[in-house]
Amino acid sequence: MHLHKYEKIWLIFGVGSLLLFLTIIGFGAFYKGLQPQSHMMTIDPENVEAYDAFKQENLGVTKVNDQKYIVNVVATAFNFDLGKNEDGTPLKEIRIPKGATVLFQVTTKDVVHGFSIAGTNVNMMVEPGYISSYETKLDKYGEFTLLCNEYCGLGHHLMSTKVEVY
Amino acid sequence: MINEKLQLTKKDTRLSMAFIYVAFISLLIGGLMGLLQTFVRSGALTLPWGINYYQILTVHGVILGLVLTTYFIIGFQYALMKKTVGITIKERKIAWIGFWIMLVGTIMTAVTILLGKASVLYTFYAPLKAHPAFYIGLALVIIGSWVACFVNFHQLFRWKKDNKGEKSPLLAFMVVINMLLWLIATLGVAATVIIQFIPWSLGYAETINVLVSRTLFWYFGHPLVYFWLLPAYMAWYAIIPKVIGGKIFSDSLARLSFVLFLMFSIPVGFHHQLTEPGIDPTWKFIQVVLTFMVIIPSLLTAFSMFATFEITGRRKGFTGLFGWFKHLPWKDVRFFAPMIGMLAFIPAGTGGIINASHQLNAVVHNTIWVTGHFHLTVATTVILTFFGVSYWLVPVLTGRKLTKKINNLGLIQTVVWAVGMSFMSGSMHIAGLLGAPRRSAYSTYGGTEQASDWIGYQIGQAIGGSILFIGILLMIYIFINLAFFAPKGNEEFPLAEEEKDAEPTPKFLENWKLWIGLTVVLILFAYTIPFIDIIVHSPAGSPPFDWPIGNQ
Repeated sequence: MHLHKYEKIWLIFGVGSLLLFLTIIGFGAFYKGLQPQSHMMTIDPENVEAYDAFKQENLGVTKVNDQKYIVNVVATAFNFDLGKNEDGTPLKEIRIPKGATVLFQVTTKDVVHGFSIAGTNVNMMVEPGYISSYETKLDKYGEFTLLCNEYCGLGHHLMSTKVEVY
Repeated sequence: MINEKLQLTKKDTRLSMAFIYVAFISLLIGGLMGLLQTFVRSGALTLPWGINYYQILTVHGVILGLVLTTYFIIGFQYALMKKTVGITIKERKIAWIGFWIMLVGTIMTAVTILLGKASVLYTFYAPLKAHPAFYIGLALVIIGSWVACFVNFHQLFRWKKDNKGEKSPLLAFMVVINMLLWLIATLGVAATVIIQFIPWSLGYAETINVLVSRTLFWYFGHPLVYFWLLPAYMAWYAIIPKVIGGKIFSDSLARLSFVLFLMFSIPVGFHHQLTEPGIDPTWKFIQVVLTFMVIIPSLLTAFSMFATFEITGRRKGFTGLFGWFKHLPWKDVRFFAPMIGMLAFIPAGTGGIINASHQLNAVVHNTIWVTGHFHLTVATTVILTFFGVSYWLVPVLTGRKLTKKINNLGLIQTVVWAVGMSFMSGSMHIAGLLGAPRRSAYSTYGGTEQASDWIGYQIGQAIGGSILFIGILLMIYIFINLAFFAPKGNEEFPLAEEEKDAEPTPKFLENWKLWIGLTVVLILFAYTIPFIDIIVHSPAGSPPFDWPIGNQ
């Protein structure tokens, strides 16, 4: 098959940049360990309390030490359950100090949801039967929006919570 | 050259027009829904009569993404096949059966959505449960489209039998590749709809495996976009050269790029599932690499297009570095509309590379950036090329002429579209980078500052959406004119030819067993192990949930 000389140059340049690009992505994924959220742990969606992290008393923010926090969330249409405070009212906000390592662990009791903190790299699909988990550092002060970004029903756009990094 | 058998008869034109009527009716309905969505999201409109945002979003996605595209493509492809390899009476009869099956399915699905029983969006993710009629209707649309696949396969097969040893006509080859792609891809969505959704929604199966259904959906969902794109490429490779008075740049390269699209558009669905639990990230990465292979035929196509433009321009005597570019027939809408579509593919393709980039996907996944992206690909590149085709195809099919007046109106339509889309898609891209979600009704998200920053861009989308709707009304006017009122006459069916001294096309490019075999091998390689993994490690299935979508 005949290839024009310019076309050869164009293809060598194009395919060459493509290979370089894929090498960089692969280097990030396998050497630096920067993989997209792919947690493999399963759970019974009708009995998420059987899993320690999703027991009512363990929901919301848990401080492990000054530098390490865990946030456990159960998503249902159309709410993120962050547990309750001492007098029994549902918590509506997540507060995390800047620079601490945070492990988010999320599951759903009903349909598919999204778990996205706008303006950060926290962005996971949450599917019935699975735990979604992502560890990160929030290194900007301010108020962020945690919202469901996968359609879960007629109240989907009302499913949100504030996240404050202080 | 003129072959009696390949002239379009009344019976052929009726078949293609049947599909194209449905496509343009869909454009009007689906476009109106899109306009309403942008108004709702700007915070300026509350829908009357208890109509829900997600209901009109479902109509918009299903009717434009699945109905408009599929019908236009099948109608266009029947015309191409007739002009290149002909159609027999029996083939045409079977083609009509396919049309009616698709139409029954379309109406069933549309009625279910309009009754508010299927506000599940066009991706219908389990375990949200729509009324069974929604899934049965979708299955009929797919099955009806398979009839078109087999008719097209038979047309080429019959031609090859009658013309032993001859190279198949380029456009017929391209149509068959596209229908092969469609057939192989729709096996996935048909499997999930027929085996999983229908029994589950009817109550025969208690639970559904959610991750399996999503994986089967996206096995289909990505090649779907190439099924939209390849007919546009057919027009670019084999129609546009004739419109601008040139020849096909290279028959072999055109075929090679189509073969590469067939092989690399299917084993790549995981790049839509990058942030999902339960799928091994190594397999996600492998499919990301396969995804990027389609960049190669895209580069081939870009080169071929501009080579054709330059060669044609220089042959006409336009010299200088860009003389040939300046003298392209910018005032011929049959060229101008697809050309704007091609130019839109530069940012559109770049956005696609960002979306599929393994890690970077987390920044944009399910944000309105993605919506901005596919409004550049399918709703600009593809649809402007389809409009560009309609300007000559509709008059050819109705025995009329494209008048100077309608040509000029078409130029205006194209500009209106480009301006409207720049506003809408541009705002979507920026808002998405700021984290604004797609597929969401108007919300202030508890009054966060971030959410208030998004409102301005949502107003930008409404402005763009309004301009685009004017574009749709113009196009509908043009279509009605070309179909019913334009003066009678003989419009040219622009089929480009090869150069007289073109290099012969290598035989291996028509080795169907080889290409289908490689495609199957790649699919098996990319999916077998992760799919077994998903099934072996699957959690308890999900019962149906109908209350979240108000379908009790």
